[in-house]
Amino acid sequence: MLRFRLAIKNLLSAGTRTWLSASILALACLIMVMYMGVLQGWNTQAKTDAINWQFGQGEIRSPKYDPYDPFTIDDGHAVIPAGAEGEAVPILVRQASIYPQGRLQNITLQGLPKHQNLLSIPTGKFTTEKEGVIPVVIGKRMAKTANLKVGDMTTLRWRDKGGTFDAAQVLVADIFRTNVPEADMGILWLDIDKLYEMTGLRGEASYLVLSNAGYHKNVPSWNYISKETLLEPLEAMVAAESIGAYVIFFILTGLAALAIFDTQVLSIFRRQKEIGTFIALGMTRKQVVRMFTIEGTSLSFFGVILAAIVGIPFGVWLKSTGVSLGKPTEAMNINMAQTIYPVFGTSLILGTVIIIVGISALVSYLPARKIAHMEPTLALKGKIQ
Amino acid sequence: MNTITAILVAFLGWQSQPSAETIMKKVDENMTSKNQVAESKMIIKGKRGSRTITSKSWSVGDKKAMTEYLSPAREAGTKMLKLENELYIYNPSTDRTIMLSGHMLRQSVMGSDLSYEDMMEDRKLMDIYNAKVVGEETIGDRKVYVIEMEAKVEDVAYAKRKAWIDVERFVPLKEELFAKSGQLLKKTTMSDVENIDGRWFPKTVLYKDMLKDGEGTTFSLTTVKFDQDIPEYIFTKAALKK
Repeated sequence: MLRFRLAIKNLLSAGTRTWLSASILALACLIMVMYMGVLQGWNTQAKTDAINWQFGQGEIRSPKYDPYDPFTIDDGHAVIPAGAEGEAVPILVRQASIYPQGRLQNITLQGLPKHQNLLSIPTGKFTTEKEGVIPVVIGKRMAKTANLKVGDMTTLRWRDKGGTFDAAQVLVADIFRTNVPEADMGILWLDIDKLYEMTGLRGEASYLVLSNAGYHKNVPSWNYISKETLLEPLEAMVAAESIGAYVIFFILTGLAALAIFDTQVLSIFRRQKEIGTFIALGMTRKQVVRMFTIEGTSLSFFGVILAAIVGIPFGVWLKSTGVSLGKPTEAMNINMAQTIYPVFGTSLILGTVIIIVGISALVSYLPARKIAHMEPTLALKGKIQ
Repeated sequence: MNTITAILVAFLGWQSQPSAETIMKKVDENMTSKNQVAESKMIIKGKRGSRTITSKSWSVGDKKAMTEYLSPAREAGTKMLKLENELYIYNPSTDRTIMLSGHMLRQSVMGSDLSYEDMMEDRKLMDIYNAKVVGEETIGDRKVYVIEMEAKVEDVAYAKRKAWIDVERFVPLKEELFAKSGQLLKKTTMSDVENIDGRWFPKTVLYKDMLKDGEGTTFSLTTVKFDQDIPEYIFTKAALKK
């Protein structure tokens, strides 16, 4: 306790030098926690959205279907396995073209049941009172690229199961907003029963989105992709973004560590008489080394306290208002909300504090080791060693 | 007596009109050759003006074809190889050959009204359609048979076609392609019919995607030679990079 009190007293007496080092440590701590908090918030939001709009509790794909290979779409469908009702939502994927304002635009038709509630696609809007018109819902990005509004009609051309062209008018019954571009870009969502009628592929699906992950065990011939596997690219994207945060964090922490190291070297050089006095009064060299190490490490505590004073109210405010990234996120075509609500987990905060305190302790201890080799008599005289 | 005469005239009229099969067979004889080497000009008319693309093509029947684009400079050197139901495109700027399939076949050829999949249909019309002559009309100063074709197989691109065939020359002068719903999808108009090596052949074809805006794409043959000696290596993927 005495050592700790002495350390604090010495630090406070150092004045500006102490507060500058502590401020850099606080800044490093704050940037790390805030940046990682925003990334964590993005990760959580992106995963939630992907589950709600796209993946459910996982997917089972018909044997020939691969969503990343457009060559497989034509043949990538099979009869929906028995017992799927209530356990999964079937989706049938077909390629087609629309002609908004007389322009040809290739799109994907995705049919899913009108009365599903697993995915957030507004399937309840698959209605129209117009005869011979197919009601569809589209995302905001799709609406923008095709220049379509709710109530607009355009010609749809598709091929049936035999490859014969057919054409009809489609009505945009609703435009939804989603953060998941994969549920939006180039897709026309429509009632699967209507798509069966259009293509002749009654009772078939390209893939099933699972509401009960365990159902896949009943259908071994379909390819099961777990929710975790489907979310891996998102995790990888956030992990890649985290590298930037680590780089900034380690640069700032490194600067602070350098300052602490320099301060320690200078202290030991200038306070040789003090060190000699401590040893003469009965302290072991180890105890003196520990005292100087505690003194250096205490800087990090000052930094953490400073970070907490500024960071806690700022973090609370940020958590409630979120970080607005503006409209460009839609144009980036990645799963990212316009406003991200940061998540400050205990492990994030504790981890950052431990790293900062650990590095400070290390850079405080390294120069303090010199004390162990000092001759107390020479130190008392203040002779340079 | 009048009734008998009317029946006789109708019967003789019916007898003098060849069946759709006969007409289409004659059209096939006229239009298809063992092989063909042609240089052509494609004029694509869009909202922002028109573009002209020239090309040279070699084809054997309907199964094999190679096209090399000659101009403009941006397209020059691009080659397209059709082998049965496979279509390969070579791009000289990337020095890559890609096989087109699925949705890529629905893309338009160089921004024209033709899609790649339009070039992939290679079966004889009479093998996939039931045809009947529904009347006679006049296009310009030419008398034509009007033939309606309805698909008799499932795997056919257009459920219904309507063709206007020159009565004397057995050359199609107009064709309309319909969706299953009856919607008119494409329209082709042939003109500049010339006698080349003993066969009547339309040298200009106007393709119009009826769902798209614009005036369509005009395809004109500048030179065409039939039954030539075409080396087999032309129709290989290796020839794309040469």
